[in-house]
Amino acid sequence: MTPGSYVVEVIVENKPLARDPEGETIHQNLILKGGYKQVTGVRAGKLLRMNVEANSPEDARAIVRKLSDDLRIYNPAAHTIQVRIVG
Amino acid sequence: MGKVAVIQYPGSNCDLDALEILRDVVKAKTDLVWHKDLAHEDYDAYVLPGGFSYGDYLRAGAIAATSPSLRIVKEAAEGGKPVLGICNGFQILVEAGLLPGAVLRNSSLRFVCTWTRLRVETTRTPFTKRANAGQVLEIPIAHNEGRYYLDKEQIPELERNQQIVFRYVNEKKEATEAGNPNGSIDNIAGVCNQKGNVMGLMPHPERASIPVLSLDNQTDGRVIFDSMMRTLHGPEA
Repeated sequence: MTPGSYVVEVIVENKPLARDPEGETIHQNLILKGGYKQVTGVRAGKLLRMNVEANSPEDARAIVRKLSDDLRIYNPAAHTIQVRIVG
Repeated sequence: MGKVAVIQYPGSNCDLDALEILRDVVKAKTDLVWHKDLAHEDYDAYVLPGGFSYGDYLRAGAIAATSPSLRIVKEAAEGGKPVLGICNGFQILVEAGLLPGAVLRNSSLRFVCTWTRLRVETTRTPFTKRANAGQVLEIPIAHNEGRYYLDKEQIPELERNQQIVFRYVNEKKEATEAGNPNGSIDNIAGVCNQKGNVMGLMPHPERASIPVLSLDNQTDGRVIFDSMMRTLHGPEA
């Protein structure tokens, strides 16, 4: 247990089956046109970086996971999220 | 009897248009109500107008969906009162969980402002009971996030429950890709809850309810408000 301030990121993306026109456009019209044929797909999303006071990194992550569900940081009908500790 | 609230959120900008059509055109007793001032049991129907509540931050409608006004709207909806969400109002109802699905960024990645053709898919809602099934209404859209989304396998259930109220169609009344202005799944332009009393749509019927606003003087949007009046006042309305 290390009480302190943690940096937690939430990445919101469209579900794999929900089209992501922004990612597709970046892929087709920027990356492939720029010659980077090794890149086979791009998904664009939204990143929220939160500073969280918590007793441990696990607690910080759990708080952010809970608020993401409670406050609908994402719409589960169309999005997925990843919650990760970055500092 | 039959009092309507148009709920104003920070960033609503079609609230006065909706108010004018309700009050001056279809002659509904209507109040414009700041979202924090909405009180219980005061109204018989609720309209969530278009606009950009809270700057569309996070997602269109996501922050307004946490307004205390939504608790009152939810109770009213459970009690069977008519609730209409137009454009941003539709997004708010979706984000508040009163309507299924999600409303995502247009597939063109552009703000689209244009006239669309909407086919009426069901007349069971309080907002379409004066229309005819299969009738096509010309009503404009103006949005950046209007792509209705629901997992493909959930569409048949929506269809079975008669929750798809409007589809975008072409001039032959067909729901084609060319008739779909924003990439909405299955050309869906408007949906309702299972009971049918909560409806949301991306197009703006209040912008097609007086002749001077339309290209050919038509008033196709009025049928939505006229239907609501009939619901509130019975057949004489």
